[in-house]
Amino acid sequence: MYNKNNILFFYAIVYFAFLYLPVMLLPVFSFNDAIHMVFPLKGFTLKWYDQMIHSSRLHRALMNSVKVGVIASIFSTFIALLAAKAFTKYKVKLRQLSYGAILLPFVIPEIIIAVSLIVLWTGMGLQLGLVPVTISHILFCTPFCMLVLISRMEGFDRNLEEAAMDLGENAWGTFWRVTFPLALPAIVASLLLSFVISFDEFILAFFLSSQDQTLPLYMWGQLRFPKKLPHVLALGAVIIVATSIIVMLAYWLRNLGSPSDKKSNIGGI
Amino acid sequence: MIRFWQKIYAKNDNVKAYSLLLPALILVILAMASPMLLTVVTSFHTQVSMMEIDTTLTLDRYKDFFSKPVYTMLLVRSIKISFFVTLVTLITTYPLAYYIAFYVKKNKMLWIVLMTLPFWTSYLLRVFSWKVILGHKGVINSALMVSGMISEPLSFLIYSQTAVVLTLAHAWAAFAILPLYVSLDKIDKSLLEASYDLGNTKLETFWRVTFPLSLPGVIGAILIIFIPTVGDYVTPQLVGGTDGRMLSNMIQSLFGRANNFPLGAASAVLMLLSVSFVAVVVTYITRKVSLRMS
Repeated sequence: MYNKNNILFFYAIVYFAFLYLPVMLLPVFSFNDAIHMVFPLKGFTLKWYDQMIHSSRLHRALMNSVKVGVIASIFSTFIALLAAKAFTKYKVKLRQLSYGAILLPFVIPEIIIAVSLIVLWTGMGLQLGLVPVTISHILFCTPFCMLVLISRMEGFDRNLEEAAMDLGENAWGTFWRVTFPLALPAIVASLLLSFVISFDEFILAFFLSSQDQTLPLYMWGQLRFPKKLPHVLALGAVIIVATSIIVMLAYWLRNLGSPSDKKSNIGGI
Repeated sequence: MIRFWQKIYAKNDNVKAYSLLLPALILVILAMASPMLLTVVTSFHTQVSMMEIDTTLTLDRYKDFFSKPVYTMLLVRSIKISFFVTLVTLITTYPLAYYIAFYVKKNKMLWIVLMTLPFWTSYLLRVFSWKVILGHKGVINSALMVSGMISEPLSFLIYSQTAVVLTLAHAWAAFAILPLYVSLDKIDKSLLEASYDLGNTKLETFWRVTFPLSLPGVIGAILIIFIPTVGDYVTPQLVGGTDGRMLSNMIQSLFGRANNFPLGAASAVLMLLSVSFVAVVVTYITRKVSLRMS
């Protein structure tokens, strides 16, 4: 009854092209020997990549982004791990309310979180910079990490933890020696994905960073100058390839070792 | 004393659960709830000069907002654009999610991964590539000129509300595909067979069984696309032009060059209120519809 549907298949292919062509355009033009992004292509060159490697402002922005991303992903994964544990192990009172509250930052328009943090931060007389950016990224990534971790931890065999308890482990020992190793692939996936989110995040950084540029802000600044554009495309191509690899790795890790009927569990992503 | 707490801790699952939830809740309260509360308070203040804010409570910022037509116009336009983005995204992704859920037999996961992968690559670059595609000297125009189909670049492609809707519908597609796929994939196939056995055609089965059962996914997609896109800043800035300007662009300038924090705060509050209102209405209506349909 649902064996074949050529019209839908054709539609899926067209939609696929719609999704990917705009993304592929940037890498194509990053090898093009011309400043403007216009067809027909002029010729192959690597000079934009050379220009990219030798930009010191880009290096600084990259370091800032890595710093923010690493700190944000570690903190949000840790906070989310504890929360995921609470939701999967216990029947919590007011479960819906606290669950919703933790997920809220993911749904609220980012600009509202951004301006609210500006009001708070400047109200306290503090300088905007990478610190509020990192805090806002932790806030923004935590719900996401929690969804990734919960979808994995829901499939746990509760008996394993109980067995460890029966064998004399205390709660902490059970956590480190049973729960943690079981959740490890999901934890790494959560670290990788939240790093990617933070690394690509623009709005919060745009409002909160002041002078310290992150990589998306650097690109935003360069987009205005036609002459600077090609090396941004080269950078974009590198980012596209790198994030795709990281995300593929995270997807693979998340499914690692889960029972085969759970393989199609895509909760959270 | 310590023993006393240990006893309470050991006995009560709620205490255990909430001690695990504490960091997450503190984060939400300190980094989201209290700043937002402060923003609400600020919206009742007055910006006197560059650095000075008069903290006497007043409703004047809200009066300012509604007395200048441009603010209301931008708010209404933001909601309108998000409405169309949500609609276009749902209509274009539903057949796809349907195809993956019912027709793809092998490697479903691979399909899902491939459909969501582009959304992990930089949001900024994706929006920018649309600027390049739609621009006056862009990919579409230059391709059409080279092929001789047009002699002048088509100017309606970029800097319009349509361009904003198209770009956002592309940028947010994954957030529709996933909830739709999950709810469609969950549907018990024997229900569909029962419907056929009762003499329903394919189309009738879709309207009477499949579609109503997929409504949770539809609601999820509506909420997760509509709410954030109302506050989108990058897309209107890059491809919107004057015609596609949205409220966020105004809020940005109020917190930046125009330096009027209270009015910016009032605009943010009104954006959040109208978004929540629409979200509640949408959820309510969809619930009603799904109750009637089943």
